[in-house]
Amino acid sequence: MDLILEGIQKAILLIFTLDKEVLGITLLSLQISGTATLMSLFIGITVGTTVALTRFPGRQLVVSLINTGMGLPPVVVGLFVTIFLWRNGPLGFLEILYTPTAIILAQAVIATPIVTGITLASIQHLPANLRLQILALGATRVQMVWILVKEARLPLLAAVMAGFGGVISEVGASIMVGGNIKGYSRVLTTATVMETGRGNFDIAIALSVILMLVAFAVNAVLTQIQQRERPR
Amino acid sequence: MTAETRAEILLKVEDLLVRRGGTTVLEIPDLSVLEGQVLSLIGPNGAGKSTLMLTLAGLLKPARGSLFFRGKPIADGGFAYRRHIAMVFQDPLLFDTTVFENVASGLKIRGVGREEIARRVPEYLERFGIGHLSRRSARKLSGGEAQRTSLARAFVTEPEIVFLDEPFSALDPPTRETLTGALEGVLRETHTTAVASTHDQTEALRLADRIAVVSGGKIAQIGPVDEVMNRPADEFVASFVGVETVLPGRVVRTSDGVFTAAVASEREIEAVGQVEIGAEVLCCIRPENVTLSIAPVPSATSARNVFTGTIRQITPLGLFHRIRLDCGFELVAYVTRRSLEELGLKEAKSVTASFKATAVHVIPRRDRRQS
Repeated sequence: MDLILEGIQKAILLIFTLDKEVLGITLLSLQISGTATLMSLFIGITVGTTVALTRFPGRQLVVSLINTGMGLPPVVVGLFVTIFLWRNGPLGFLEILYTPTAIILAQAVIATPIVTGITLASIQHLPANLRLQILALGATRVQMVWILVKEARLPLLAAVMAGFGGVISEVGASIMVGGNIKGYSRVLTTATVMETGRGNFDIAIALSVILMLVAFAVNAVLTQIQQRERPR
Repeated sequence: MTAETRAEILLKVEDLLVRRGGTTVLEIPDLSVLEGQVLSLIGPNGAGKSTLMLTLAGLLKPARGSLFFRGKPIADGGFAYRRHIAMVFQDPLLFDTTVFENVASGLKIRGVGREEIARRVPEYLERFGIGHLSRRSARKLSGGEAQRTSLARAFVTEPEIVFLDEPFSALDPPTRETLTGALEGVLRETHTTAVASTHDQTEALRLADRIAVVSGGKIAQIGPVDEVMNRPADEFVASFVGVETVLPGRVVRTSDGVFTAAVASEREIEAVGQVEIGAEVLCCIRPENVTLSIAPVPSATSARNVFTGTIRQITPLGLFHRIRLDCGFELVAYVTRRSLEELGLKEAKSVTASFKATAVHVIPRRDRRQS
């Protein structure tokens, strides 16, 4: 029990004294996971909307793959991203393995199916005739898609939360492709793993508390937006 | 000259064929929508009314056929044409924003300027009686308010033709009644051409200049309202437009343009028309044309058809009551509540029913003779 209390005390101390290393790790985590989430939103909303609005042979299979992808294990993603970025791998020429960019890439791979799946479900959940109604108002195809995405904005916020929540808390892929290099590719989760391994429970607890606070803060803001628009 | 030839053809389809899942759901050789008129599509569920409506609105690509708007074929996937039309569905399909923004949405999509939007939207909100709801979220509207918003959103674009796909069928009767009135007013004021589908006859009668009866993916009959209502082309149309009594019979006598047809239970009906003796006919009698009395036989009446019968069933239908009689054949009459009370009508009571020979609409039984 003391261990936990000491950890929490240490965390408060680290946060309020703006410990440089902890601050750096936190900012890097936010930056990496934020960028990865943005990338996944761009790809996921585009792909999800396209799949939701089109009919093509093999569509069922694609939907199944997306849904499966929503539960993609981070270590598997880490493994494949590592292989791809390995010196003689297909993307080895990029020379980005063990860099923050590699972590962004891996996290985007993890978040994209989540965002795609939720987008697909949200767009499909809109009334079937809504598309026709929008077209009957004189919309171009592009206007129609844009209005549909706007209509699905509340469930899409859930996609943002699920995507960000999935990557900020993931450790397997980050350690594998980022290498947990101090001051360079060390993020909250990888640092927590390392400090726990070393027996530095107080720092590990402090990092965990910060991780949870960050995740909570981001979700609280998004939830605020989502709930404000909900019918009373 | 009839109304049909006077009015200009605004929209026309030719040789239309729509398939869904490999089966033909709509086959219409020719259909015209006349400018400034309301065409009501009536027919049972699944007859193809909505499919026809979507095709006419350029929202459904037919397997075959051409659409002409003001005489010109509709091109580029119907995009330009869609900016001349508006559509209201059964479901209001409002956007998740305020009433004002919903009504403004069509104008915004069409690139109408902000000042014009600020001028036109309030005008149409008022026309549909929702001016006070302008800032309310569309999610907090009642069914009727939502459909008013949907109507305002369609009419504010000042469409050249508006498609109304059973717009009131999801609403309760009093709301439907007031909304039909509001729509009727706006249609008459703005002289907007409209195609409205419904399975409610009263609604169709109230709004329509012309009626098209859709059945099994085909137009069973199209024409001015009185023509379709009083001279149905076949048995299906007759049963659908509210001719509650349709009696099969055979012509036994003719004289001076009046003929007598033998119907069930050796009863005879007199009707007006030129038919040959021995011809098989359907005698259609609208329930509002049947008069009931409790005197055994009226002393003097111009009604050529007088029958005594027993009341089998009385069904209240809002403003009037539907009386089902057994006169040897089944005859349906409508009476007001006051008549019901004054005559003391109740089930199993014996009454005298009468109707004029001119109230009988006769349909030759072509189909039966062929088969």
